[in-house]
Amino acid sequence: MQTFRFDPCRLPPEAEALRGEVRAFLSDALTDIPPVIRAQTWSGYDPEFSKKLGAKGWIGMTWPKKYGGHERSALERYVMLEEMLAAGAPVGAHWIGDRQSGQLLLRFGTEEQRQLILPKAAKGELLFCIGMSEPDSGSDLAAARTKAEKTDGGWTVNGTKLWTSNAHNAHYMIALFRTSLDPDNRHAGLTQFLVDMKTPGITIRPIKDLTGNAHFNEVVFEDVFVPDNMMVGEEGNGWTQVTAELAFERSGPERYLSSFLLLTELIRELGRTGDTSADAEIGRLVAHLVTLRQMSVSIAGLLEAGENPIQEASVVKDLGALFEQELPVKAHELAGVEPMLGTGSDYAQVLGFLTQASVSFSLRGGTREILRGIIARGLGLR
Amino acid sequence: MSEFRNILGETIDRLLADHVTKEIVQKAEEGVWPKKLWSALEENGLTRLMAGEEQGGAGGSWGDALVILRAQGRYAAPVPLAETMVAAWLLSQAGLDVPDGPLTLLTGVTLGKEGTLSGTATHVPWGHNAVLGVALVPGPDGALHVVAVPLAGLKMGLEENIAREPRDTIIFEGHAVTSAPCDLTEGMETWGALMRSGLMAGGLDYLLNQSVEYANDRKQFGKPIGKFQAVQQQLAVLATQAAAAGAIAGHACERVGEADDPGFEVAVAKTRIDEAVNMSTSIAHQVHGAIGFTYEHGLHLVTRRLWSWRAEYGSGRSWAARLGRQAIERGADNLWTDVTAR
Repeated sequence: MQTFRFDPCRLPPEAEALRGEVRAFLSDALTDIPPVIRAQTWSGYDPEFSKKLGAKGWIGMTWPKKYGGHERSALERYVMLEEMLAAGAPVGAHWIGDRQSGQLLLRFGTEEQRQLILPKAAKGELLFCIGMSEPDSGSDLAAARTKAEKTDGGWTVNGTKLWTSNAHNAHYMIALFRTSLDPDNRHAGLTQFLVDMKTPGITIRPIKDLTGNAHFNEVVFEDVFVPDNMMVGEEGNGWTQVTAELAFERSGPERYLSSFLLLTELIRELGRTGDTSADAEIGRLVAHLVTLRQMSVSIAGLLEAGENPIQEASVVKDLGALFEQELPVKAHELAGVEPMLGTGSDYAQVLGFLTQASVSFSLRGGTREILRGIIARGLGLR
Repeated sequence: MSEFRNILGETIDRLLADHVTKEIVQKAEEGVWPKKLWSALEENGLTRLMAGEEQGGAGGSWGDALVILRAQGRYAAPVPLAETMVAAWLLSQAGLDVPDGPLTLLTGVTLGKEGTLSGTATHVPWGHNAVLGVALVPGPDGALHVVAVPLAGLKMGLEENIAREPRDTIIFEGHAVTSAPCDLTEGMETWGALMRSGLMAGGLDYLLNQSVEYANDRKQFGKPIGKFQAVQQQLAVLATQAAAAGAIAGHACERVGEADDPGFEVAVAKTRIDEAVNMSTSIAHQVHGAIGFTYEHGLHLVTRRLWSWRAEYGSGRSWAARLGRQAIERGADNLWTDVTAR
């Protein structure tokens, strides 16, 4: 009868012990970072901070030790992640590698690729970007046209990837290229590759977003050579692999915590002014926060049990984005402060950043419409 | 889920599937007590699930009870099963006897120094069907006392809510009652809200399944309406709301037994689930179209209950105000600590 699995999940004592350790570290490490920077959380790029986390053993926590990992549980990793996000730690540099690229290589990569990549990634020294979207292929990922053609000892790549976060900082891209074309099956003929971003023929152009930041890029490939040993998984198996990767991309606590700092700042503001007229609105937001967290913890429990919670992840990402996007609206309505850029109170600046950035929260990592389509499929409607 | 809960779930599901037909529910709406259904529930020990072992019960937790509450909500079973379970639990908390027969819950009453009960209890579920009313009120010593008052023969104002369930009015003027103190720190509104939250989570399960089934069956413009993206997107929203309600009902029921402040868990659940009900009842009716608005179709047996339950033991908004005040007083820097302590 119940379509989705959101059974209560209890975090084990070792995960709660780790929480204390992470909090102690962050209270020290974030002292000098102002709220408006912390509001960027997992899009905040700070490679030195990433190296510090690597040294603490907080990147690749669940990976095997022989690849530089720490063999800790998915629930311990979950606690570390939620603490980083809630505190607004600048974890963007290593986020993608820790969340999905490492997992992908562990599952589909060759021994050589794992040895080459994972130990450095776990130290926070090797950063990833993801080459999925293209100018004519956003939500419709199977429409990818960037081509890899067989050549002596490798592949020649031509085409363009778009909206590639951190391409300008990343050492490697895990890219989805078309290696053959079957007009009857658009999901066939796609293959994943590990691309060294220093390879000749790659041009990276920053794209300034409406907040003024340039996190994402256009990446143009002109006769770029990728050696055979950098193919990830099997030729033509890209669609299956990408689907598995997206499950990691959508299942984490970052899908509801991106605006969390604004809720704490709003509560601080209301506490300062003594205004009680907003009590019910704040309470409603707290109820959503607690509910989303419990749902997110349940998903971590499913991941720890080796399940593939693709449906549940879509549910939480959809509800989470609504919450993240509602926060700036409520913060505007309840505090009556004009959002500001660069000057003004911390509150005005955090509101300024998130008012602008939050429209992207239901686009990145799968649009609201795509997620609801996945949920509808799970319900047996398509 | 434990083996016990699996068995419990199978038992209640089979029992309600056998006994709760649309005809039975519609008869109950005309005032006919569903005797066979009630007997079956009592014979299977389900009414005493939360009663202590000394009271002849199973000593079940709120987590166990949620299995029953969700099932009752799904089937719109027209009996005070939830109220009887919770009343039996309250009696057991104070070491009082649990009688057979339907029990109900009283609010709006006070316990006098001489052990007498006064005040007007309104919206008493199935008051005129119940053998015993149970209240949870402060005693002269300041602790919460569980009060048991036999209801047979009392004069009552017979009323019903829009679910056409009895919600009677009883005036107490110094009635002699049995009472005993208990260790609970939260009053009836909290436990009533948790009970209604569990029922609502079950009702939402029904709305989702019923709406998906209807969308797959009903054809318009040459295909099932569930093939239209506009309908799919609406049903996906309903699914997320039902999922959130189920998740938080599960969490709240699991934690109230051990939390320092069970009122927090209940406030979160009632607030969130009320909102899920607001959205989901609209979507379910929208998807069903005119047929869902007829008395003939069964959809409203659940939606009318959801609209009634969300208003009882404090609206979501009143619980939200309590949560919000608490969060603001605890301060911004304690919010995350408080949330993760759950």
